[in-house]
Amino acid sequence: MRIAQANRMTPYLFMAPAAIIMAIALMYPLGYMMWGSLRDWDPTQTIGEAEFVGLRNYVTLWNDPNFWESLTVTLKFAFFVVTFEMVIGVGLALLLDRDIRGMSILRTLFILPMMIAPVVVGLMWRYMYHPTIGTFNRFLESIGLERVDWLGNHALMSIIIADIWQWTPFIFILALAALQSLPRSALEAARIDGATGWQQIIHIKLPLMMPVLIVTALLRLIDAFKVLEVILVMTEGGPGLSTEILALRISRTATEFRELGVAAAMSNYLLILLLLLTVAMFAFNRWQEIRAARQKMAVEEEE
Amino acid sequence: MPTIHLENLVKRYGEVEVLHGIELEMADNEFTVLVGPSGCGKSTTLRMIAGLEDVSDGEIYIGGKPVSHLEPKERDLAMVFQDYALYPHMNVAKNMSFALRLQKRPQAEIDKKVRDVAATLGLSEYLDRKPGELSGGQRQRVAMGRALTRDAGTFLFDEPLSNLDAKLRGQMRAELALMSQRVQKNMIYVTHDQIEAMTLADRIVVMHGGYIQQQGTPEELFKRPVNKFVAGFLGMPPMNFLEGEIEERADAVFIKGEGFDLRLDGERAATAKAHRAREVTLGVRPSDLTYDANVAADRSLTLDVMVSEYVGAQSVLLCQCGSAKVMVELNSETPVALGQTLTFAVNANGVHLFDRQSEAAL
Repeated sequence: MRIAQANRMTPYLFMAPAAIIMAIALMYPLGYMMWGSLRDWDPTQTIGEAEFVGLRNYVTLWNDPNFWESLTVTLKFAFFVVTFEMVIGVGLALLLDRDIRGMSILRTLFILPMMIAPVVVGLMWRYMYHPTIGTFNRFLESIGLERVDWLGNHALMSIIIADIWQWTPFIFILALAALQSLPRSALEAARIDGATGWQQIIHIKLPLMMPVLIVTALLRLIDAFKVLEVILVMTEGGPGLSTEILALRISRTATEFRELGVAAAMSNYLLILLLLLTVAMFAFNRWQEIRAARQKMAVEEEE
Repeated sequence: MPTIHLENLVKRYGEVEVLHGIELEMADNEFTVLVGPSGCGKSTTLRMIAGLEDVSDGEIYIGGKPVSHLEPKERDLAMVFQDYALYPHMNVAKNMSFALRLQKRPQAEIDKKVRDVAATLGLSEYLDRKPGELSGGQRQRVAMGRALTRDAGTFLFDEPLSNLDAKLRGQMRAELALMSQRVQKNMIYVTHDQIEAMTLADRIVVMHGGYIQQQGTPEELFKRPVNKFVAGFLGMPPMNFLEGEIEERADAVFIKGEGFDLRLDGERAATAKAHRAREVTLGVRPSDLTYDANVAADRSLTLDVMVSEYVGAQSVLLCQCGSAKVMVELNSETPVALGQTLTFAVNANGVHLFDRQSEAAL
């Protein structure tokens, strides 16, 4: 009896270390942030000393046009970045999904940008965008074109370009993996059925890659909402608020404006946004699983 | 329908040559089966005809026209794959009509064609289902339906039945035979299963090691195999092989080996005589041995019965002759006990002789 009971406890015992680490490393800071967002909290105070203000921080933010500006910038940034990265990444994967000499080296080169630390990427691009000595403007001048005010008037576009450069490889490797796991015979059947290269892509390859592509896009979207370092180094959110994405605003609210409570509330807004995306992703995965299960059941009934 | 001609077809993968000059002429509306063990080059040959593999050397002619530089779609073929190769994201109707839709045929024509083919294959009620929602046999039918909807001149089959269970395979084999009579097209069918080859083919092409071993009607190949490989490959249970030597005694020709001394008649005696004193292999099919206690010793094999496999009306006995194993097919009613030593009459017309070195038939 006692042994049976002990046996039942075994799984929980094995799970305990992970659960404890989760509680300390994940739930505690999260709870701390929730709790902090309900207070008028200055960095000089301990959280206990700060005044409890209920939902005031949330309401203040809701009515703050700068917060909305920041959110809009974030949404714009995420939308453009993910759209372009998907198109270019999938396009590259379709182009490079073939066996020619040196292809593995080429593939490795393509994913290099992803491996560089974001701060370094920010510095690199800042120098390349420099109005007078930057690579781009010097090149434009050398071919007789006018300089572009990269990090001034076109700051949002410039950070979008930098992010596309860094993160397209992520889409590329996942899309390539998806492509290479496609059923080879279905593609051969399409060739015999008379599909041209383009028709194979549109009618067979893309539809079959779609589940992977959707999850990839969602993952990338979640990441794009949290981008910070590259933009911090390149523009510090300027000029004005034109590139001040939410993560940057949160960091500045906490450090420059010394309003920890507001920063925490803003983080929670961002968290809600990300949570919605994550739930969407899980829902999509679940839907796929259910569909697969239903198909399997239908088959078993037949047999 | 166009005739297909393979001229000195060679396939190399890098340094390795896997097909060594295949010569093959397929007549109009003929059901040709390429058969052989795995790795013999039969699938490669088919895929080269389809245009899925490059031709290293030689040429393929369809209707007299060289096609080896053409894309698959320009060769007027339809193909059924081993794993069906259905498009998983399209329903049955879309799968079947894909080629026609690419050709931008009128919708009404496409619908009619799909409906007709689905009706003949018993797929009418599944047109809206995705391949994932179908059983193995239904998927097989859809794959066949997709080929039929195309209305191509030549049908290629790459081991289409090997993913099905035994019962379903028999059923689909019969349906295939029926279909081939009905649609009157060139059919080229690849299989490793000699029963499929024997039952479906107008002409069997036996391949081994990248060479064609023999081609002809199933009956020709069964009765007059040109070498030991073909003899052993076709027929179930397989032919028995016993090693022996040709001997001439008292105006008669014998083949003598461990545990047997068999007299040869007429034509076989004459051919054997020309090979006198040479080492040969005797081949006898299990069905050419009959249980007969009173037969003369030089017309029979004396065998020790080791195992009896009851199949139904027929049983297969696994026996020992000297150190060699011999299989005998006989009526299950025959009273045979394990461990007995029995004599089996050898059908004089069922005696095959092969040169032991070259393995060619004498």
